[in-house]
Amino acid sequence: MSKKNSNKTPEQQQYEQLEQKHELQRPVLKNCIRAFWVGGLICAVGQAITYFYIYFFNFTEQTAGNPTVATMIFLSMLLTGFGVYDRLGQFGGAGSAVPVTGFGNAVISAAIEHRTEGFVLGVGGNMFKLAGAVILFGVFSAFVVALIKTLLGIWGVI
Amino acid sequence: MLPMFFWAFVIGGLICVFGQILFDVFKLTPGHTLSLLVVLGAVLDGIGLYEPLADFAGAGATIPITSFGNSLVHGALQEADQHGLVGVLTGMFEVTSSGISAAIIFGFIGALIFKPKG
Repeated sequence: MSKKNSNKTPEQQQYEQLEQKHELQRPVLKNCIRAFWVGGLICAVGQAITYFYIYFFNFTEQTAGNPTVATMIFLSMLLTGFGVYDRLGQFGGAGSAVPVTGFGNAVISAAIEHRTEGFVLGVGGNMFKLAGAVILFGVFSAFVVALIKTLLGIWGVI
Repeated sequence: MLPMFFWAFVIGGLICVFGQILFDVFKLTPGHTLSLLVVLGAVLDGIGLYEPLADFAGAGATIPITSFGNSLVHGALQEADQHGLVGVLTGMFEVTSSGISAAIIFGFIGALIFKPKG
């Protein structure tokens, strides 16, 4: 912090203090409560869809996750297209971003937003603009974890 | 059946609160938060903690984005069991394929149907 400040003129430091004084305090507790019940509700809906697939399509508890995720993303396409998900996101914060519907929303809203630039360069090129980071770090960390576990298995450690 | 809904709600909600704390207290962007959660899910599955959580909380553990990392590791390990090291690459998307395919397909359909606002 002190190193950061040393590059700034006294006026800049004064301004920073002024800025900090007027910066809106984030209502952390209120946001957390909202995130809790919005996120919880989305997961409860997911649970209902899981049971739907188990009872009507003969999926097991383990395999029902896949069609559930696909259905949730379909629902988030509809909600994003009609502009409902944006409002949900403003209200629920992480509660709407962390469930897989938030991942779907990131992909779909980017696709819709860039359609004016054409379907190949606009939609195709920008679809994973936001979600790409999630896929990259998910795949890479999964690769490292699986590699370590497999090697340990081969060497007979576990 | 009813307790399952309860635990899905509570565990799913708690994971979202964790995300909200990363937003608000640690001032991370949504992109950073989601990436961190995915990595966390992969690591938790690596040490064998995610599956008990999913058995216990059902959709409360499979719907948050952490399950994406979890199922990537799962697919990779499943194939690795059968084919050795190459399986880590070939099995990576085995379990997750539905999520990614759904996002791509519905994203494109969405772009065909809906017009951008504003």
